[in-house]
Amino acid sequence: MLRLTNIWVEYGEKVVLERISFDIAEGAFVSVIGPSGAGKSSLLRVILGQDVPSRGRILLDGQPLPRECGPDRGVVFQRYSVFPHLTVLGNTMLGLEFEAAPLAARLFGSARRAARAEAEAMLAAVGLADCLDLYPSEMSGGMQQRLAIAQALIKRPRILLLDEPFGALDPGIRADMHVLITKLWREFGLTIIMVTHDIKEAFALGTRVLTLDKRRHDPHAPQRYGAGVIYDIALTRKTQADVPDESAGNDSGITFDTIGNN
Amino acid sequence: MRWVNRTISRSDALLLGALPLAGLALAYIIAAASRHAANPADKILPLPSAMVEAMGSLLFEADPLSGQLLFWADTIASLSRLSMGLGIATLMALLVGLVLGALPPVRATFGPLVTAIAVIPPIALLPILFIVFGLGETAKVALIVIGIAPFMIRDVAGHIAALPREQLVKALTLGSNSWQFLLRIALPQAMPRLIQALRLSLGPAWVFLISAEAIAADVGLGYRIFLVRRYLAMDVIIPYVVWIALLAVAMDFLLTRLSRGLFGWAHKARH
Repeated sequence: MLRLTNIWVEYGEKVVLERISFDIAEGAFVSVIGPSGAGKSSLLRVILGQDVPSRGRILLDGQPLPRECGPDRGVVFQRYSVFPHLTVLGNTMLGLEFEAAPLAARLFGSARRAARAEAEAMLAAVGLADCLDLYPSEMSGGMQQRLAIAQALIKRPRILLLDEPFGALDPGIRADMHVLITKLWREFGLTIIMVTHDIKEAFALGTRVLTLDKRRHDPHAPQRYGAGVIYDIALTRKTQADVPDESAGNDSGITFDTIGNN
Repeated sequence: MRWVNRTISRSDALLLGALPLAGLALAYIIAAASRHAANPADKILPLPSAMVEAMGSLLFEADPLSGQLLFWADTIASLSRLSMGLGIATLMALLVGLVLGALPPVRATFGPLVTAIAVIPPIALLPILFIVFGLGETAKVALIVIGIAPFMIRDVAGHIAALPREQLVKALTLGSNSWQFLLRIALPQAMPRLIQALRLSLGPAWVFLISAEAIAADVGLGYRIFLVRRYLAMDVIIPYVVWIALLAVAMDFLLTRLSRGLFGWAHKARH
């Protein structure tokens, strides 16, 4: 569904990513891990359309990806994903209002009631049914991330991009969020790309784990070589049809993808 | 408990805040009384009774020439100039600041112009304003606008430009176009900042108002102060200055309440 062909990201002399090529299948949950500065977030920004790669092509459903972020790709950042001036309901309805009201960017009457019902259903799915009129500053970090997910999912994006979405949450909340995102992934048939620095989280949630790191390193010019995909691990155990078991060990059912491992 | 870690209750804060003001008033009365003990005709530090007497005629007795109650005529004239100036400047700050902050091409085109206007001392433009607009109300309002609008525009534009980039990306992924982003994301978040900028501009706005009135006017608080200065009439000047201070404090208070009432989200505690 999403195909990256020989992507390079360069900022002047500094090479961040080099020779990135992979395909992502519909319904996959891809975790991207790697050390700090390995270009995980750069890769996500390229797929998001926020950054333009200096070389290479990205195809979504066979079409070149537009050079700007659009509603085909949803995103949840670690912070600042929700709008502080809108309530939970307002944040969630925003995507529907942008689409239906190009000029007023607001819905009225029956259209508003329909959008509200859809937003309420989505908020119920992420467990925020009781907080419709709260502002983000009145909510905990975990609730804000739930809201950010609902806000993104209401647009039914082809791909959901998560940039360290649970990095700022404490462990108990993080476990709840893992259950939630797994549930949503199955119920909505999502395709998810998640950047994380938590290896356990990457293996627990993903059906495939991409590891970014530098293949070569020049000590005299550390910026000369960028990171590539050094491991591409498919976790065949998990599909959207069966329930990934949170408590199961990570060792069983891992196969190494020798072809993709360039 | 160490002083940096003290919390002051609301009633204590009121009491503590009133103390220096009361002290100042007391010091004035003692100084005035001692001067009057030496010279009963002293005009430099008039006693409160003299102020009441002087203000009484301005407040309640019609001026024989114009037939107006001078104090109220001055207040209305000054406040209408001030509110027009503040209103126009606020509207400009909202419209210009919003597009300047949210649309990079507009910022690249007009940002330097706004900066260039902002660095000109407004008082230096006053003669030009008087020549262009004449000595009437327009020049005075224009001075207030030119004096405070550039600061407010730059403040609002800077605030909008500094919104987290994540918000822009998120809005784009939700299908927003530029207009919708301005309307639903940038505008609501500019409003509390706009009121904040307006509050900070109240002081300069008063300065420009009094300056314009001092130079060319026939009614207004600033005009009256500079008129009676010729007669050393401190018994009028001091109450007028206190009245201006009260008006400014009341406006500041009302703006704070307005911001809290309308944009509560901007004042809630952060996690």
